Amino acid sequence: MLNIKTKNRLSIFIAISALSIIIIIFILKTLEDNVLYFYSPTDVEESNKMVFGDTIKVGGMVKNGSIKTNENEIKFIITDYKNEIIVSYKGTVPALFAEGKGVVAEGSLQDKKFFLAKRILAKHDENYMPPEIKESLEKNAK
Amino acid sequence: MIKFLNPSYIFYLTGKILNFIKIFVIPIIIIGVIFSLFISPKDYIQGDAVRIMYVHVPSAWISLSCFALISFLCVINFIFKIKSISLIYKSLAPIGLTFNFIAIFTGSLWGEPTWGTWWAWDARLTSMLILIFFYIIFILSYKFITNPERSSKICTLISVLGLINLVIIKYSVNWWPTLHQPSSINLAGETTVHFSMLIPLGIMLFGFLLYTALIFLMKYRIETIRVKKKSLKKL
Repeated sequence: MLNIKTKNRLSIFIAISALSIIIIIFILKTLEDNVLYFYSPTDVEESNKMVFGDTIKVGGMVKNGSIKTNENEIKFIITDYKNEIIVSYKGTVPALFAEGKGVVAEGSLQDKKFFLAKRILAKHDENYMPPEIKESLEKNAK
Repeated sequence: MIKFLNPSYIFYLTGKILNFIKIFVIPIIIIGVIFSLFISPKDYIQGDAVRIMYVHVPSAWISLSCFALISFLCVINFIFKIKSISLIYKSLAPIGLTFNFIAIFTGSLWGEPTWGTWWAWDARLTSMLILIFFYIIFILSYKFITNPERSSKICTLISVLGLINLVIIKYSVNWWPTLHQPSSINLAGETTVHFSMLIPLGIMLFGFLLYTALIFLMKYRIETIRVKKKSLKKL
């Protein structure tokens, strides 16, 4: 049906694509730690190679009712519903930073449970809705 | 049937379609802008920043699907040696690159007020940046490699690598923790965007698609003329 030249080109194509897929998978495996944008509190808890004082990013949810603001410091808890980390931060936070929302903190670990943040990024989730809908959803939930 | 494959007939037909599309592009985009800026509601948490999404999401989709189409055509051209296909993928690349730029630029504008940063080296953003480089290398390779045989081979190689990158872009938000949110609009699963926000999104997508078709047809006709001129010179 296909002539020999076409068949040859088809097999070359398949070979090259298979090869490049394998190469890229290997590259991604090697770069695994760099591809991760942030660690979860569980990653921090379980990992042994975390060096205290190095700049890393930790992300998760801001625990409900955990935000405490002093005069020049804000403290909150990042949780992934298994483990928690207390974060301390001085400075302004993004507009979307709120309890129960995603957050990524950049800074250094003081110990496994305490994180000193230099920068706070808010993470937005995939939900988009008008304020009225949100209110009625909350009413229904109650 | 033969009539439809005749290059001069295709040239005539694309001219007609072009004139037809031309009438609709600007009005539809204006309607889309009115819907997205004034009629659609604010978001419950982002406020007015959500309006950037109506440009960002369609342009990201178009840039991804343009590259997917280019790769498909490249592979078909490589295996079956249908020369006229190279005209199509050559004319698709510039508009795909443009929308890729728009997607990254608007995403950056959106990131500042919501995330608190213009740029983050997370998997989704980085792979989107890599796609820009794939587009640029692709365009350079067909511009500067004049031998059509070699050009087709190199374009295929680039587009296959780019195709793997497309898969990475699509699933980056599910495979790794990223700053970028997971996809809200899923054809198979649940869509987490409220209906009143889907209307402007749909209109803008339609307008951008028409614009893409417009630029593509213009480029296609230019490429056709270029090929004809070349063969005239040979005589």
